[in-house]
Amino acid sequence: MSTSAAEPLLELTNVNTFYGQAQVHFDLSITVGRGHIVCLLGGNASGKSTTMKIILGLVKPRSGEVTFDGASLIGLTTPQIVRRGIASVPEARRLFADMSVRENILMGAFVRNDRSAVTQDLDKMLTLFPKLGQRLSQRAGSLSGGEQQMVAMARALMSRPRLIVMDEPTMGLSPLYVDRVLELIRTINQEGVSVFMVEQNASLALEIAHEAYVLQTGRIVLSGPARMLKDDPRVRDAYLGGPEAA
Amino acid sequence: MSSWLDYTINGLIVGNVYALVAVGLALIFGVSRLINFAQGSIYLVGAYIGWVAVVQLHTPLPLTIIFVAVLAALVGLIIERFGLRPLQNSVRIAPLLATIGISFVLDQLVMLTFSPNPRALPSQLPDVRFQVGGGTIGPLDLLIAGVGITSALLLFVFLRYTRLGWAVRAASQDRDAAMQMGVDVNRVNQTVFGIAAALGGVSGLLVGMYYNQIDTAMSLQATLKGVVAEVVGGAGNVPGAVVGSLLLGLVESYGVAVFGTSYRNLFAFLLLVVVLVLRPNGLFASARQAPPEPLTGTFIAPSRPVRIPRWALAVVTAAFAVLPLLPVSFYMLQTLINAWLLGMLALSLTLVAGTIGQVSLGHAALLAIGAYTSALLSLTLNVPVGLAIISGGLMSAALGTILISPSFRLRGHYVSIATLAIGEIVSLVILNWEGVTRGPIGISGIPPLSLFGYDLISPASVYWFAFAVMVVLALLQARLLGSHLGRSFRAIRDDDIAARAYGLGLNRYKSLAFIFGGFAAGVSGGIAAHLYSYINHETFNTQQSILALTVVILGGLGNVVGAIVGAVALVGLPEVFRIAAEYRILIYGIVLLLLVRFRPQGLLGTI
Repeated sequence: MSTSAAEPLLELTNVNTFYGQAQVHFDLSITVGRGHIVCLLGGNASGKSTTMKIILGLVKPRSGEVTFDGASLIGLTTPQIVRRGIASVPEARRLFADMSVRENILMGAFVRNDRSAVTQDLDKMLTLFPKLGQRLSQRAGSLSGGEQQMVAMARALMSRPRLIVMDEPTMGLSPLYVDRVLELIRTINQEGVSVFMVEQNASLALEIAHEAYVLQTGRIVLSGPARMLKDDPRVRDAYLGGPEAA
Repeated sequence: MSSWLDYTINGLIVGNVYALVAVGLALIFGVSRLINFAQGSIYLVGAYIGWVAVVQLHTPLPLTIIFVAVLAALVGLIIERFGLRPLQNSVRIAPLLATIGISFVLDQLVMLTFSPNPRALPSQLPDVRFQVGGGTIGPLDLLIAGVGITSALLLFVFLRYTRLGWAVRAASQDRDAAMQMGVDVNRVNQTVFGIAAALGGVSGLLVGMYYNQIDTAMSLQATLKGVVAEVVGGAGNVPGAVVGSLLLGLVESYGVAVFGTSYRNLFAFLLLVVVLVLRPNGLFASARQAPPEPLTGTFIAPSRPVRIPRWALAVVTAAFAVLPLLPVSFYMLQTLINAWLLGMLALSLTLVAGTIGQVSLGHAALLAIGAYTSALLSLTLNVPVGLAIISGGLMSAALGTILISPSFRLRGHYVSIATLAIGEIVSLVILNWEGVTRGPIGISGIPPLSLFGYDLISPASVYWFAFAVMVVLALLQARLLGSHLGRSFRAIRDDDIAARAYGLGLNRYKSLAFIFGGFAAGVSGGIAAHLYSYINHETFNTQQSILALTVVILGGLGNVVGAIVGAVALVGLPEVFRIAAEYRILIYGIVLLLLVRFRPQGLLGTI
């Protein structure tokens, strides 16, 4: 299944997940290469967000293996997984609404103990996200959706992760912010952070991704280098539920 | 004028004490979305640990405070680790019920260790009063204020400037997101339970010294006051809890000044109900925050009910019907009569809490309304007892529904708090409305049960009467549940928004459930009044409400047969095993805890 020439950083192998009786994933296998942007595409109820939860340890798979940098993540708690070097930008941002923007960004560095370096990183975030500079002492809940997305990304970067997982980072944003967010994901990636993102907006995600997987009702139906999938009619078919619908 | 200053000082001091309890409740609610009903028990434990320290170990005051804080915190940690953490992934009602069970167990353990008699807890400070303006203030007042303010400051510094404090705040705003930042939520829970327990324990110590008296009834009162203060300030809002507490202290103090001591609690609960109805998120919440309560359906453990064939039910019913003809002891009949009365109450509660999802913690109030109505009608107006009991049921149905109606717009936890408060209000009105209810003296000489002019004196006749009434009520309720109306009730429980979208008027259906439930409970109370021949404002107390809830959960929420099975089990089994009366409440608490942990759907399953 691996289409990547890069050394694998995160690997899901034959993951089967259930919610009660209902099976969500069927032998799901995904590889995120070191230094790559990998996106997982799929329509509603295809199991995308659950894949994020599996990686972060918020949902436990019934069978299968998840490894990060060669070591298994199965059985670890979410905080333990975060300490291994995985940060997340959750769906709908999930900021700490009543804490200030500064506190939110610093919460991202919760697992770190090097205070002075954390302060430097905060400054670095303000160069990366210049708009946040004027908002630092504002309540995070009072920002616009696009600004909140910036805070969520800055927060994720503060832990100095090796991998960031993002759940629909462009959801609910104005077109202007969508471009800005994609640009930032590319910038983050160029600084050496691998990115695994779940997206509904296939054409945009394929613009910046190295590889992509298409998930349909819990099964990977298509995968490969993003530039090859971009023009593949089957991507659209997978979304719309089969060729007859297209 | 001088006395007003005194009342203000008293209100603020008492408010400080409430704040120590309420802040802990707010911290726990913030992180776990849980009203910790065991908070008052920790306060009680704190008072008794303080008594041991002062009276037996003769520790100096600073050491006493530290001793109480540390041991109480330890109790809090144990509760979190063994009582609540195992329930993390269970239904939302489970931890709430577990804290109720824990509070029963702790209170009873204190009572069994120290006896229920009040004890003196001497203040370790000199008994002098300083003139301040027109009022006076003593060293103990200053100590309480000092402890309150110091705790608030320490808590502020902790939450604002420490790593763990940030973790607590983050977890209380978004638990999952906090975990994704690397916050260990279990440690956060431990921290808040430890802090809450330490503050609660010290609060108990200070109150004990303030009144120079401690007894086991302190526990429930403290929980109630803490909950009132916390909800007034906005559940989960720590500074709000402090302000809510001071406000509550002042309202009570001025209320006492104007109307007298017995009105103290009435003002507290009226304040709560007013806030719940007008500003359910507390006085300081902005409108943007909706109450963070789940749909009622997720509050109840789903399950497949155990099906019992009709013929088996008929056989068992017949067996119980002929029981008095067999050579059984008077004592056994007596026990079963109690079980049938509790069964009627449980039928009522299982309809309200299980079928329509309004977990009421004040159900004993319906008993009280029925009992007082029936007793007074038969005593003062010479209404025949049978008619009086039916009138009691109707009065409970009508008055109970009207009283409870302000809580119809609430959900989940808030319904439980509101019903608890309304139950307390009923009891306090009975206490204070002397012209009608004879106040604290109670009503004695209530005529015995009679039917069509024949007195039911023999145990067998009382047994048949109670059993027949219960069976009729159960059949009616089973018929109701099988009907279209029953289905509408369950629809509202499972998803009130969807139910409303399909055109079900929530208020109307909740009223219908309370009318039917109120009637059953009122009849039970009425029969009890004529059976006991004496009742007062404490005959039907919160302990009975909780017992009824335990019965209902034991049987399976919403389950008609389960309610009766639960009543027989909880009343009957302690008798069979000859468990001494003082251990019974302890057993009920343990039963509740075990059920919540291992079989939240009850014996026969929820319907």
